[in-house]
Amino acid sequence: MQPPELHAPRVTPLDLFVAFTLITLISFGGVLFWMRRLIVERREWLTDQEFVEIVALANLLPGVNGINMAVMIGYRFSRWTGVAASLAGFLAAPCLMVTAIGVLHHRYGALPLVQDALIGMSAVAVGLLLSTAAKLAAVLQRSALPWLFVALAFLGVGVMRFPLLVVLAVLAPLAIAAAWKGKL
Amino acid sequence: MDIAQLGALFLYFLMLAFLAVGGAPSVLPEMHRYVVDVHAWMTSTQFAELYALAQVAPGPNVMYIPLIGWRVAGWLGAAATTIPFVMPSVTVTLLVAHLHARYPKAALGAAIRRGLTPITIGLIFASGWILLPAVNHDWRGYVLTVLTVIVVLRTSLNPIWLLSAGAVAGMVGLVPN
Repeated sequence: MQPPELHAPRVTPLDLFVAFTLITLISFGGVLFWMRRLIVERREWLTDQEFVEIVALANLLPGVNGINMAVMIGYRFSRWTGVAASLAGFLAAPCLMVTAIGVLHHRYGALPLVQDALIGMSAVAVGLLLSTAAKLAAVLQRSALPWLFVALAFLGVGVMRFPLLVVLAVLAPLAIAAAWKGKL
Repeated sequence: MDIAQLGALFLYFLMLAFLAVGGAPSVLPEMHRYVVDVHAWMTSTQFAELYALAQVAPGPNVMYIPLIGWRVAGWLGAAATTIPFVMPSVTVTLLVAHLHARYPKAALGAAIRRGLTPITIGLIFASGWILLPAVNHDWRGYVLTVLTVIVVLRTSLNPIWLLSAGAVAGMVGLVPN
């Protein structure tokens, strides 16, 4: 038996279904901000450290990041039923809404007012994304090495626009080796 | 659409899932070729509209995949594109989640997770950085973005208000296209 972990809240499949439905319905412009807000800040199911590790794995694995995160969080709390509940919550409501929007769009076409609203919301959504990165950065140790990796990943993908696969292929082995030696 | 065609749609999206190494957007051109050029299920404009709708709607951005399936063959079509597209990556993710749960203290797993943490944070900053000029067309958009960051980091205001404020600012023309 594993010793009980320090931070191990009880989360039922129904909790997962409700949480991921809420996250997916509200997640305009990106899932990450709202997932962290609900799961780390509100429900306190995960710490920032646990959350950022799940984000890291979800990024590294193939497929859609949000779906990967739903799978990992669901599995962590209630195994297969948790995965089914998280995925159902994450995908069912958007499927219904997107087809509803599709039907409306088919009938009425694009509304200019909606387009204008979206431009303003997009500006806010980018701010939400950047603030998530800033909050997660609080888990990093106050030393130079972790911040060097933050900077290199940012410069490689954000400024130099190298392909993600290339940046990860170079940085990930170095960072994992550093962590293995206890330096991260 | 008969069962054989649905089966073909299913298999085709399963193949796309394996090709989507660089994320879902990397297979968009191939999907377009298949749906518009090969089968003429919709026009190029309709395809682009479905894609744009999915970016606007809540949920993950890949919601254009069920939407395309739905346009082609209703609900069965939506299932025949979505399920195969997410199945392979969900399987791999489950395997990793299982290993993580089974061996939570494994040294290699811990090193991978700890090592990837700063890179992941850097990548989230990079995503925001890349999106900034894509969504903001003049200084007013940037002001809105910076205000959002400040409010989120300094206050406990529910960000739904920020999104609503952004929507209103866009509608009254404060944030021009």
